[in-house]
Amino acid sequence: MSTDAHHDKATASLAGAILEQTGVPVDKCYQCGKCSAGCPLAADMDYPPSLILRMLQAGGPELEEKVLRSYTIWVCLTCETCYSRCPMEIDIPVMMDYLRHESLRLGMTSPRAKDIIRFHRSFLDSIKYTGRLYEVGLVVDYKARSMHLLQDVKLAPKMYFKGKLNLIPETIKGLPLIRRIFSRSSKAGGEDAR
Amino acid sequence: MSRIGVFICHCGENIGATVDCEKVAAAAAKIPGVVHSVDYKYMCSDPGQNMIKEAIREKNLTGVVVGACSPRMHEPTFRRACEEAGLNPFLCEMANIREHCSWVHEKGDPTTEKAIDLVRVIVEKVRRNKPLVPIKVPVTKTALVLGGGIAGIQAALDIANAGHKVIMVERSPSIGGHMSQLSETFPTLDCSQCILTPRMVEVARHANITLHTYSEIESIEGFIGNFKVKIRKKARSIDMKACTGCGLCSQKCPTRKIPSEFDAGLGTRPAIYVPFPQAVPNKPVIDRLNCTYYLKGKCRLCEKVCPTQAIRFDQEDEIVEADIGAVVLATGFEIKHGDFFPEYGFGKFKDVIDGMQFERLASASGPTLGEIRRPSDGKKPETVVFIACAGSRDPAKGIEYCSKICCMYTAKHAMLYRHKVHGGNAYIFYMDIRAGGKMYEEFVRRAIEEDGVKYVRGRVSRVYEREGKLIVQGADTLLGAQPVEIEADMVVLATAAVANDGAEELAQKMHVSYDAHKFFAEAHPKLKPVETNTAGIFLAGACQAPKDIPESVAQASGAASKVGALFSQDELTREPVIAVVNRSAPPLYSTCVGCFLCQAACPYQAIEREEIRTRDGKLIKTVAKVNPGLCQGCGTCVAVCRTKAIDLQGFSNEQVFAEVMALLDRSEPDAGI
Repeated sequence: MSTDAHHDKATASLAGAILEQTGVPVDKCYQCGKCSAGCPLAADMDYPPSLILRMLQAGGPELEEKVLRSYTIWVCLTCETCYSRCPMEIDIPVMMDYLRHESLRLGMTSPRAKDIIRFHRSFLDSIKYTGRLYEVGLVVDYKARSMHLLQDVKLAPKMYFKGKLNLIPETIKGLPLIRRIFSRSSKAGGEDAR
Repeated sequence: MSRIGVFICHCGENIGATVDCEKVAAAAAKIPGVVHSVDYKYMCSDPGQNMIKEAIREKNLTGVVVGACSPRMHEPTFRRACEEAGLNPFLCEMANIREHCSWVHEKGDPTTEKAIDLVRVIVEKVRRNKPLVPIKVPVTKTALVLGGGIAGIQAALDIANAGHKVIMVERSPSIGGHMSQLSETFPTLDCSQCILTPRMVEVARHANITLHTYSEIESIEGFIGNFKVKIRKKARSIDMKACTGCGLCSQKCPTRKIPSEFDAGLGTRPAIYVPFPQAVPNKPVIDRLNCTYYLKGKCRLCEKVCPTQAIRFDQEDEIVEADIGAVVLATGFEIKHGDFFPEYGFGKFKDVIDGMQFERLASASGPTLGEIRRPSDGKKPETVVFIACAGSRDPAKGIEYCSKICCMYTAKHAMLYRHKVHGGNAYIFYMDIRAGGKMYEEFVRRAIEEDGVKYVRGRVSRVYEREGKLIVQGADTLLGAQPVEIEADMVVLATAAVANDGAEELAQKMHVSYDAHKFFAEAHPKLKPVETNTAGIFLAGACQAPKDIPESVAQASGAASKVGALFSQDELTREPVIAVVNRSAPPLYSTCVGCFLCQAACPYQAIEREEIRTRDGKLIKTVAKVNPGLCQGCGTCVAVCRTKAIDLQGFSNEQVFAEVMALLDRSEPDAGI
């Protein structure tokens, strides 16, 4: 029941915040469903992308919390299939990015998304410290965070002999600049994404 | 002795695959009187027609039978070919061996036998055909336009501008119709009255247009080009010539609380009133049902204040007769009143209104001068819910059709509301958004994206009151039918568009067919959208089906062009298939005995009385006579005539009996019937 749920376009609605922060106009969606139809991960989501948009259009604390607690926003791969096909040119991936950020900020992350978030963090750490992906570091870091110690362990020797796993990390030249990006965006986001 | 030519068509495979056409032609050749019989792949083609023409010339044919498709398809083609070859076209007939034979039977001997029978029957008929001459009837170049809404106005102006006379009849005291009540029009949001009133004035001033407002059709008779109409001018109780339209009478009238029709009941008017400031004609009318003088015999205040003594309490209805050649029906539509939906509380809650009432609230000429204020307490509503499809697409309520205009006007209403009440919330509950039309979809998107109108997909289940709010109970089917409850200050129902009151009686009066919903029926849904089944009567606007303004105007111009085409000739040519009362030599003069059963039976009032007199004027007998202009050739009089004095040209008793006898007289011994 959303008595006053639909009311707050003018006030601080999540859809309004998305428009303000990312420029993505949620109101433009006319529910054709093409994004959900083409999304490679729609089957794994709790709400398909078009439904997320409709929930944001309808608005209200209840639905907005459902969106922020959804598994969908974490399953989204940012493959941009939806965006490239959307007749209204709504940038759903950017919207999803913002929703993930908000979900983290408000501590509303979906319990099912724990590992995904751990992986995101390991990945970002690798970028932060080396300026690029350090595979071994990523794997070790992720396993430490997730405690999935034996997952995919059989793949390691194969990858090693194919030269896919460098034991010593490579760094890039502009590492201080990368660090600065991280510190700035964590300030802007209010909380460190780590 | 007749010399008849028979031409059997294969119609490609249509006939040829099922019927042995060669055998039919050969069999026909043996029929006495047939001097020429051939078959050909496509008789209607140029070479096929040439075969007929050559045979007529070479063999001096006195009759032609084409065994092919239905006469509805190609009778005109073959008759024209005969005429070109010098044969009277009414001596050519078609035997329908396609629809009546090849299309409905399997291939085989019985099918071919049937085709032969059909040809033989028509040969017997043609043998008795007489040369006929088409009837010419004069055309009265005056059009009657019924209804003075935008469709009627457009049709009247188009016909009048083409140089023909127009008589416009409008039931209410002013022309203008529903369009004059509207606030702004989609998709451009231009002011309805601003674009309409110049047209209304043009109608009033046009030299070719005679305007009868507050008038209705009493009766109409006649036929295309020659209708006679009686118009009842209802007593306005005003001398239209003396009245200057100063308005003093309306100002002083003590009876002021009558709900205004123009304001859809949201405002009031006095008993003597002009419906709206830009009314054409801008002269008042006394509403006798509400006037104190007519009710109680006292008052006459208007008479006392009128500076030109224009009030006529004793005025009576006047009947005006006119000859006209064509009719344009443009009587418009009505919206279904909200009490249709008890669950939405129309009539129970003052702030549940219909679309037309919202138009009046949004209109600068309306009761609130264009401010959106709710009827109950005059407050600006902070939240308004618009309910689309209130009655339309609802077979349970008897209206299965889509009213077509509601999606757009509801978007417009919500948009106007958002423009006029800043910070107000507008919700539209809808089932589908049907925005087909130039700039229509864009208009709806604008309402959603720019004006922040909230669309919720789902039908509202009910509206009820709780603590001074109207609670609208619906569901959002796009959220898995999650229940939605809105606390609204006002609810606007987009009620269904329905046929006008009295549409059925009018249709019967005009001999025009109408559909189950009493909308007038066009002659063909695609190819004859402005014609009716009655020749000379055309349709314009929403009396045919719900329509928006651009469509109504387009159809009105279409109807006007049809009238123009009809009026472009001085005479109309009609088929001479009409009834004729026989005449014979004295002393009989006619086998008609003057019982006039035929006169009572004729649905077209085509039977007249004719007195046969001697040279010195002595009456010998009174007999029936058929008016060739009115007769439609239905044959009812032939059937009722006790003395067989009436016959139908082209379908005489002799011809029809000969056809039947030909079937019974099959010469083949195996022909068991």
